[in-house]
Amino acid sequence: MSEKKDIPEDMFLAPENRKHTVTGPDGEVIHVDPLNDYFCQDLPKVEAPYKGVLEKFLNWARAESLWVLAYGTGCGSIELPPLFSPRFDAYRFGVMMRPTPRQSGVLIISGYLAVKTLKRAIRSYEQMQNPKYVIALGSCTINGGMYFDSYNTINRLDHYLPVDVYIAGCMPRPEAILAGFNKLKERIKSGNAEGANHYAENLEWYKANQKKIIKDWNMPTYNW
Amino acid sequence: MNEIIEHIKKRFPVYEIGEGPNGVILMSVEASRLVPMLTSLKTNHGYSILVILSTVDWLEDCKFQLTYIVNNPEEKRDLGIRVFIQREDAEMESIHTLWEHAATFQREIKEMFGINFPGSPGVDDQFLLEGWDNKPPMRRDFDTKKYAEETFFPRPGRETNDPAAYMKQKLYPDE
Amino acid sequence: MSLFERILFVLAGLFIVLNWGLIMTGIIRKIIARVGMRRGIKVYQPYINLVKNFSIRSQLSHGVMFYLGPVFRLSGGVGIFLFMPMIYGSEYWTNFSFTGDLILISYFMFFGMLGMALGAGEGGHPYSAIGVSRGLAQFTAIELPLTLAILSIAIQYHTISLTEIVAAQQGGIRNWTLVTNPLATAAAMLSFLGAMGHSPFNVVMAPQENPIGPPTEYHGTFLGVLQTNRAILHVVEAVLYMNLFFGGATNWGTLILKTFLIYFWSVFVGMVFPRFRVDQSIPWLLKIPLAIGILAIIIFMI
Repeated sequence: MSEKKDIPEDMFLAPENRKHTVTGPDGEVIHVDPLNDYFCQDLPKVEAPYKGVLEKFLNWARAESLWVLAYGTGCGSIELPPLFSPRFDAYRFGVMMRPTPRQSGVLIISGYLAVKTLKRAIRSYEQMQNPKYVIALGSCTINGGMYFDSYNTINRLDHYLPVDVYIAGCMPRPEAILAGFNKLKERIKSGNAEGANHYAENLEWYKANQKKIIKDWNMPTYNW
Repeated sequence: MNEIIEHIKKRFPVYEIGEGPNGVILMSVEASRLVPMLTSLKTNHGYSILVILSTVDWLEDCKFQLTYIVNNPEEKRDLGIRVFIQREDAEMESIHTLWEHAATFQREIKEMFGINFPGSPGVDDQFLLEGWDNKPPMRRDFDTKKYAEETFFPRPGRETNDPAAYMKQKLYPDE
Repeated sequence: MSLFERILFVLAGLFIVLNWGLIMTGIIRKIIARVGMRRGIKVYQPYINLVKNFSIRSQLSHGVMFYLGPVFRLSGGVGIFLFMPMIYGSEYWTNFSFTGDLILISYFMFFGMLGMALGAGEGGHPYSAIGVSRGLAQFTAIELPLTLAILSIAIQYHTISLTEIVAAQQGGIRNWTLVTNPLATAAAMLSFLGAMGHSPFNVVMAPQENPIGPPTEYHGTFLGVLQTNRAILHVVEAVLYMNLFFGGATNWGTLILKTFLIYFWSVFVGMVFPRFRVDQSIPWLLKIPLAIGILAIIIFMI
């Protein structure tokens, strides 16, 4: 159990993602390396913001139209559906749930994050497009919360993803989450919410941290 | 109830018969006699549901305790059967032939405690931990706090204080 | 009127239609929110969403067709607009309508869907493929009653020119197709429910669920183009129904009021009825509206 065996490089890859050969209909042999052939290997670039009034206007639009990825990681995800109920009604702040990371700009890490879930959260985060923001709910994402000594739950989210707003509590009520959205709006409008660019700049540090705990890294370095 | 216990007593070497919480009758049996006993309970006595298969790590005794709780839906009664196995190279006979869903329990136990169940379907597959390369984490000699501190970048400022000492230091700093 | 002037007026009309489409979306969502006892979005929220989507900094492409999908979709919506006489009796707002525009418009209604199917297919996401196959199947079922209603009207008025159809309906509510040919109107208004993509026929997009349908992979500017198109499409399709059945419009005020009411019909039904699965919606469309449509033709054939 505890002793390490010789691990082949593609041990953790899903069978369809390992290097393999395919024979074409007229007998030619095609070598397929799915990680290189099917995925984009480029790394993210820093997309410089515009200057002056234009960027202020765009930031206002971004702040007033927060599309949240409907993805829950922990117990906090049960606090999100009430946000869209008549009582709290986050729609009036321009907040909307989107089912696909491509169209959403805000990733809410709702509560404790197991290593297994972190991998999915990273993939979702990286599939979102450049102005993107992370809201971390609950004390688990701040310092581990009640899972601070767990073998499988991360302690500090900001070592793996650039966090814009932390919302403390265990769990924060929907009112607190609404306040967090407003805080995020202020941050975007002031032009400080450049998490995506920060992530692209410090990609090596983030990737080192991520790969330290995700030992079965079976995806491209950056999941476009 | 006693009839069944008497009946089982005659046929199987059970010991440590006692009553657990909520009226569950608990009994221990030799590991080698477990599968015949469960088969008998399932076919002859109507205990047709496997409720749970759980594990306790008795580190000091160098033993693992496996607890099989089976349920009789007609009499609405639970029966717990305990089995003690060696901690070194722990291995246990699989019961997936009796209950298919036991394979999932066994897969989890294999991952969390390192107890092997030869022949159980998918027992070597990853269940909750992906790419785990350390000691099985639910074993008691695995120090989770130390592991978490080494791995997960603990945020500074999280010292815990003994309440009595803390209050004493705060209220009477001179003493 | 010179061609240059005409193009200028077409662009101005497109601008009005786009803005009215966006505002109408906002108003409708506000109404839906009030029905659900919520405050709802701001009325100008669609504009903000549009600006935000066009301001996304990084974008991905999955290939040429991925680019062309939204373009085809947009050209479907704009194409309907180009050949649609907006205001009856006005020299300026009749766009490029000609004698056979009704046929061309019903072609353009399907064109956008097909382009979107190609683009979404290249996106490669399984949910896109599910949404596209659902959408095309359902849209075929939607087109049938509508086509029958259009044929019925063509037989009734002996023309396939929208301007002439509108002209025949002038002079009070008694001359509207709604009164003179109620069966065709019923068939078309039932198929309109499906065309607008509100519940009970919104399984294609299935908003707020995992399969968002064809635009799963579309983001940023692509999505902005799709949103623009949807705003235009909702208005021009409502204008088409207005021209066919509700006597057209002689000024922009009438047009805005009538398109809002026609569009609201689909929202009203959507608020009341839950969503059909695709295997329920297609048989429903092929039963009741289709039967009414066939009846509408038979009556005029006799």
